[in-house]
Amino acid sequence: MNVTSVDWLPIVFVGLMGLSFLIYAILDGYDLGVGVLLPLDNQQQRDSMIYSIGPFWDANETWLVMAIGLLLIAFPKAHSVIFQALYLPTALMLAGLILRGVSFDFRTKAPSTDKKKWDYAFKFGSLLATLTQGYMLGRYITSFEDSWLSIGFSALSAICVTAGYCFIGAAWLVMKTEGELQRRAAKWAKLTNLLMAVGILAVCLTNLLIDQQIMDKWLGGMQVLILIPITLLLGFTFITVHLYLDKVPMENDLGCWFPFLAAIILFIMCFCGLAYSFYPYIVPLKMTIFDAASARESLWFIFVGAAVVLPMIIGYTIFSYKVFWGKTTKLNY
Amino acid sequence: MLDAAAIANDTSFMLSRIQFAANISFHILFPTINIALCWILLFFKVRFNQTQDESWLRVYRFWVRIFALTFAIGVVSGITMSFQFGTNWPGYMETVGNIAGPLLGYEVLTAFFLEASFLSIMLFGMDRVSNRVHTMATVLVSFGTTLSAFWILSLDSWMQTPAGFEMIDGVAHVTSWVEVIFNPSMPYRLMHMLLASGLTSAFLIAGISAYRLLKGDNKKSVKQALNFAVVLAALLIPLQIFVGDLHGLNTFKHQPAKVAAMEGVWETDSGIPLLLFALPDEKKRENSFEVKVPNVASLILTHDANGEIQGLNDFVDEHPPVAPVFFSFRIMIGIGVLMLLFSWLATYQFVIKKRYPTWLLKTGIAMTFSGWLATLAGWYVTEIGRQPYLVTGILRTKDAVTTTPPEDIALSLTLYAVIYGFLLIAYIRTLFVMANRAVILEASNTSLTGKELVSDVNNQVTTNEGVAK
Repeated sequence: MNVTSVDWLPIVFVGLMGLSFLIYAILDGYDLGVGVLLPLDNQQQRDSMIYSIGPFWDANETWLVMAIGLLLIAFPKAHSVIFQALYLPTALMLAGLILRGVSFDFRTKAPSTDKKKWDYAFKFGSLLATLTQGYMLGRYITSFEDSWLSIGFSALSAICVTAGYCFIGAAWLVMKTEGELQRRAAKWAKLTNLLMAVGILAVCLTNLLIDQQIMDKWLGGMQVLILIPITLLLGFTFITVHLYLDKVPMENDLGCWFPFLAAIILFIMCFCGLAYSFYPYIVPLKMTIFDAASARESLWFIFVGAAVVLPMIIGYTIFSYKVFWGKTTKLNY
Repeated sequence: MLDAAAIANDTSFMLSRIQFAANISFHILFPTINIALCWILLFFKVRFNQTQDESWLRVYRFWVRIFALTFAIGVVSGITMSFQFGTNWPGYMETVGNIAGPLLGYEVLTAFFLEASFLSIMLFGMDRVSNRVHTMATVLVSFGTTLSAFWILSLDSWMQTPAGFEMIDGVAHVTSWVEVIFNPSMPYRLMHMLLASGLTSAFLIAGISAYRLLKGDNKKSVKQALNFAVVLAALLIPLQIFVGDLHGLNTFKHQPAKVAAMEGVWETDSGIPLLLFALPDEKKRENSFEVKVPNVASLILTHDANGEIQGLNDFVDEHPPVAPVFFSFRIMIGIGVLMLLFSWLATYQFVIKKRYPTWLLKTGIAMTFSGWLATLAGWYVTEIGRQPYLVTGILRTKDAVTTTPPEDIALSLTLYAVIYGFLLIAYIRTLFVMANRAVILEASNTSLTGKELVSDVNNQVTTNEGVAK
């Protein structure tokens, strides 16, 4: 490969991959969150909750395949390092994803006496997936260090990510459901909103303390000024959501979409923060995107395809959300 | 110390192989049904659109639910597959990532999202979109599943018969994408697999429908589905035998060691007999208990009774383990012959004579999952037959394996094995639970005629036909 200046293809691909991870966290985030929140005391609410994510979870999960696929395609060396380091958590996460994915179908098709068991599998499968994803994120941020500090941080991250997913899941339910369930969802959202706020704070501080390089990136110069609007926006979002959730449902269900929008904003900001901290590393502080990138001709081949197909994917994803717009109703085949 | 490390490495290698085999064997079961089942559903839907005969809609409604369940298991086990490369076979992507990556990428981009997005409209959108859009969604899901098969089989075939690349510093770089995608074995493997999917679905539909009929389900839709399935199988099986033969000839040309293992040929010779049975012994490098038909193997492979076939001894250290390939091949062929006999006999009895003898229905039930067995056996022939290479001539399987400690792999393997075993039982059981439920459904629900009524009443029909009450 003859790299004269900075090659832009790895940058484009890390952008695409990052975008896929972000879309995954938002989309599969809410349906995982709904799974974790599944109440064991109310069959009817469980049904409604699962109907609300029924038409979407499959496509949502595809973003994970896309993100992991892009990591594999564009940065195979990083893919190897990361997934060998995260071998067991990955296996556990997959077990969780498998359990919840199949439960969704089995619960209505298996003998009715087994329905509750499949609902349990759905809930705990979801929980296993969110905890392991959070744990893996923590391990990633701490460069897979084998210290107690790193593992403790990863455990914290597991709880925070689960809280974040539960928050966006509860916000989704506030938007998509009515009556008793909507009020219940608002309570869940309020609690997880708080948990998430604490979590973000903890992760930010640790992230800064972890490495001088990252500290310099944020606090080393004029960039420190960016922190002011960011902090303000974060604080504003947390507080307004908290106040809104107290009043759910408003008259005519005014603004039922607001918590969900707020959750998306929070996810985007967290994501951008992490991305800014670690760029251009793909394995934090060990391997950059340029070290790990595939051959140019291969990246180019897939780039052409992605440029054509991605807008189509986004188009029909929007179409699918429009078809199932509005409050959830029972799903019929 | 060194010895311990070497043993750990060997153990990791064996466990990783078993894990990959377990994962892919489990995964392939579900796409094998769905690639064809989706087109079959489209056929049911179009038949209903044309005839307004609600039995077709009943068939559609019953099978679309099985399709949904199958799809879900296919998706989640497929996600597991996509992680396996990095977790267990890092050397694979490091060596041929420039080729495997884009092919996998195109599968995700062009097929996965298409399937997943339109699947929800196909499943739940019937009363939310127009009939035309719904039919279109079914077309797109079918197209997506087939496209997905196209990309992954292209990659698999490239690993069997690599083309269109050059090696630079031990890493494969593409010289021609067309040669990579349409590599020598790709068209044969793709056709062979698509037909296998058609047969697997046909036998599944025939088996479950025969079961319902035997349980006293006399609805017109059951016989309709059964007749359709046996006719489909009767049409596809001769085609499959023909394509399978072409595929074998293609393998003979490009991977002679694999064919030698399939035929159990040790010494290069002319006028090789066809072995109906034998016990290949890799230590002594000979077969015992041979049951053979003179000259037929030469005749099939070279179209000359005295044609020469290269033996395994020409490929010492370069050929696959013989016994698994040899037996898998015979299992596949054996099931194929049974499929031919059953589908033709059943077509004659059910469709032409309009008779449904109990013994034939029972045979149909026994063959419900015959497609699965044949498909697995076929894949074992082709994938074990590729050993000791991961990518023929370029990368040996043992050179691609992870350095992850064997304990971790043993743990993950156990986890997957437990989950997969459990899911397989749950899946098969659920199919029959759904069939039983459909049997109980009162025949009084069959009175819908007008088109306007369709969506409303049908929801009841479905609810009754599928969902637990």
